[in-house]
Amino acid sequence: MSVPRTPSQTVGPYYAIGLSRKPQNELVARNAPGATMLIGQLIDGQGAPISDGMIEAWDAGGKRWGRSGTDADGRFSFVVAKPDAQPGQAPRLDVLVFARGLLRHELTRVYFPDEAEANAADPVLSGLDEADRETLVAEQEDGALRWDIRMQGDRATVFFTH
Amino acid sequence: MAQTDESPIVLPDDPDFGPEVQVDYPGYRSTRWRVPKRPLVTIPEEFHDLEGPVFGHEEIEEHDSDLTRQHEGEPLGERIVVTGRVLDESGRPIRNTLVEIWQANAAGRYRHQVDQHPAPLDPNFSGAGRCLTDGDGRYRFVTIKPGSYPWGNHENAWRPMHIHFSLFGPEFTRRLVTQMYFPGDPLFEFDPIFHAVRDPKARELLVSRFDLDTTQPEWALGYHWDIVLGRGASGTTPMENL
Repeated sequence: MSVPRTPSQTVGPYYAIGLSRKPQNELVARNAPGATMLIGQLIDGQGAPISDGMIEAWDAGGKRWGRSGTDADGRFSFVVAKPDAQPGQAPRLDVLVFARGLLRHELTRVYFPDEAEANAADPVLSGLDEADRETLVAEQEDGALRWDIRMQGDRATVFFTH
Repeated sequence: MAQTDESPIVLPDDPDFGPEVQVDYPGYRSTRWRVPKRPLVTIPEEFHDLEGPVFGHEEIEEHDSDLTRQHEGEPLGERIVVTGRVLDESGRPIRNTLVEIWQANAAGRYRHQVDQHPAPLDPNFSGAGRCLTDGDGRYRFVTIKPGSYPWGNHENAWRPMHIHFSLFGPEFTRRLVTQMYFPGDPLFEFDPIFHAVRDPKARELLVSRFDLDTTQPEWALGYHWDIVLGRGASGTTPMENL
């Protein structure tokens, strides 16, 4: 027997009341081995920052999780460490995007720029064309990882379903 | 702002959508520049991890599930109990999972700097709660009934009364953020967010029911709402992965 699942509704503009009561953007402690900042901007189809979004970063295998609201410039930030890779796959974080205007959250992934060989062999990344792959790989920037999320447009981030 | 383009605010029912919300629902204007335009890329099940985070009891503090006792005095409004179970598609309870809620106060105002609706804030109401489900998958909150409020989506737009819910479940593919509504709300028929769930039977799943058994005599009205966390919440069925 199957029970119908509850539909999704938007997180709306006021999620911070319930979901950002305290900072939860550290998947690992700042002084943990391999800890690095992951920063970026959430950008809409007109190139404008989304200032009322919420990003979740999941290292499901490592049971690590964090979330970050976006600020007036659409910026989010996390403290992350590179997760252990699954066999045959490149290390990555799963990322969920929530915002006003998104009736259901969107799923994407961020990969690591110093894993070129593993990224090239990753079964999900290698199934995409080069321009799309680039939307999922962070860049090194001033000692941090920089990764922007573009909801629409020519350089739109690849979003997944599962 | 006036509705100026050709699209109606509420589209006709369409049972073919089932539990899926129409993410590019045109009547909800904020979708326009935010919803991805390109098709989603399917990830085979073998390539994603199924386990989610583990939330400990230590994160839940006293009064987190009673939104009427988080301040010196009691908030104004109609005191209510909201309870139900978190289940999987087989009807089995999802135990020990985090449930988070947030809502407007009785006057329809959120305690958030962006909300400029000229209705009073309540110094005794923050509007946020959290709890873990018990061994039967049950959650329970005490709060006040949220007010309806205007929003700028179209001329004379008002949201039906609702409480926002965030749920995790045992794995990230079941993650759900949604809204619980109250039975008989006259604003349902005008609300594009509610109607973005095109199947009327699926919309009913977002509406709590008044429950006399949950109602506490001389104290609070009770509402019951079960939540079912499905896998593949983005529209695929498990069969595609076999």
